[in-house]
Amino acid sequence: MNNKVQLEQVNIHFGKTHAVRDISMTFPEHSVTAIIGPSGCGKSTLLRSINRMHDLVPSARVTGKILVDDGDIYDRGVDPVAIRRRVGMVFQKPNPFPAMSIYDNVIAGYKLNGRLPREEADEIVESCLKRVALWDEVKDRLKSNAMMLSGGQQQRLCIARTIAVKPEVILMDEPASALDPISTLKIEELIEELKERYTIIIVTHNMQQAARVSDYTAFLYMGDLVECGETKKIFTTPEQKQTEDYITGRFG
Amino acid sequence: MMQSVTYRKMKNHLMSGLMLACTLAVLVPLGLIFFHILKMGVSSLSLDFFTHVPAPTGEPGGGMANGMVGSAIMIAGASLIGLPVGILGAIYLSEFGGSKVSTLIRFAADVLSGTPSIITGMVAYTLLVVPMKGFSGLAGSVALAMIMIPIVLRTTEEQLKMVPGSLREASLALGVPFWRTSLKVTLRSALSGVLTGVLLAVARIAGETAPLLFTALGNQFWSKNVMQPMAALPLQIFSFAIAPYEDWHRLAWGGALVLVTVMFALSLTARYFGRTRQAG
Ligand SMILES: Nc1ncnc2c1ncn2[C@@H]1O[C@H](COP(=O)(O)OP(=O)(O)OP(=O)(O)O)[C@@H](O)[C@H]1O
Ligand SMILES: [Mg+2]
Repeated sequence: MNNKVQLEQVNIHFGKTHAVRDISMTFPEHSVTAIIGPSGCGKSTLLRSINRMHDLVPSARVTGKILVDDGDIYDRGVDPVAIRRRVGMVFQKPNPFPAMSIYDNVIAGYKLNGRLPREEADEIVESCLKRVALWDEVKDRLKSNAMMLSGGQQQRLCIARTIAVKPEVILMDEPASALDPISTLKIEELIEELKERYTIIIVTHNMQQAARVSDYTAFLYMGDLVECGETKKIFTTPEQKQTEDYITGRFG
Repeated sequence: MMQSVTYRKMKNHLMSGLMLACTLAVLVPLGLIFFHILKMGVSSLSLDFFTHVPAPTGEPGGGMANGMVGSAIMIAGASLIGLPVGILGAIYLSEFGGSKVSTLIRFAADVLSGTPSIITGMVAYTLLVVPMKGFSGLAGSVALAMIMIPIVLRTTEEQLKMVPGSLREASLALGVPFWRTSLKVTLRSALSGVLTGVLLAVARIAGETAPLLFTALGNQFWSKNVMQPMAALPLQIFSFAIAPYEDWHRLAWGGALVLVTVMFALSLTARYFGRTRQAG
């Protein structure tokens, strides 16, 4: 399988804090990779470096190489905006645009960047909402405010909004941690379907979730990559003692 | 034990009574001003008042139409200059800020908003009236804009800072450039709060007299050319109130009533926007 994203000796500093230490790993195309590890170990920091979200934090410094399709996204002359269109992101807390309707939220990526012909918009809204299994629940109230939806529905709306701009990679930072078990299940099913088209990298605190949804798992500890490989292997016969302890709940 | 409870209750009553008294102490002067102006001014409000320029000295009748139109033009001009500068400046401070430049700008804005408005007028006089060799509505607008900018800048900045960072991130993650995000997501989310600040700033400059004294100067006749001296409602109130004619005094009261009503309406609208934002 192709490697869609590849990290080569990535180090991330915030001022004097060394948050991510010399991480090299690969994310195969059309697969789900879970990043696990105790709180503060650098999961979010690593994830956010893959679509250059750290550009906004003045104290953040990213070194090493992050290749998406063999191109280093931190190369001079690479436009971070263009990278973010290829590498979308779903956040921990659902964050639909509060001043917009459900309909407008789905096409926000287009509307905020310019205009979108009505017919095309209708089509995108319907197909994206169907893909996140939200269409039947909202098709009669597309024009109502997005904040009227439940937390789980809002999160699926955010995923719809992300796939509407046709990214290649989707980063998810604990996308279900603010949701109830049923909504969580729906998100997990959705991830399963999405990987046919996209490469997904998901941060999660939930071991069962990592085991259920991911093909590969990476275990981070204090900014170091302790172990990474096929999920099945990591969860049954990890090579490192630390990984085993974490997965079995002995620490973290 | 029981005693201390009664004592506490008594203290409680005493304190709420005191606070009520203080609130009334604020309301009473406001009510007095408004009703006095209403009583004195309402009789001079006729159709003529809103459609005519002041009558020549000694003749009865006339109105303050030119002053109202002049004020409207100068307020519009001041907004045209002040709103873009204030709002874009606020976006800079809140979204790109954090540098030494921002600290300097904030400090300058605070000093500017504390500057007596007569001094603002003097500055506009030296910068515009002297080199252009004449009083003008434009100079008046600039003076008013200088008062408006710090108010709009600081209130807008406060509002923008209240927009949660997760919204900015949501927009950026969709591949929307930062400046578009600032305008279309951050500013848009803070719009009602920003509008409140803008209305309060307009209300503030609508009543300013001192900075217009030696910029717009005032005009007895119709004056719609911003390069010429221009009439303004507060200026007319001032010059009519100190004139020795009974007739003019009455017109001045009428003008005062119009001005107070407009400012009152602006403040109420501003409140309304502030309220709906909290509810939404
Ligand atoms: N913007 C920032 N400025 C300074 N330090 C930061 C910033 N973001 C993260 N850090 C630091 O980097 C380290 C890793 O943080 P990160 O948020 O990546 O952890 P995490 O693994 O996602 O934790 P959690 O599971 O609690 O979300 C922490 O020590 C944190 O304090
Ligand atoms: Mg995190």
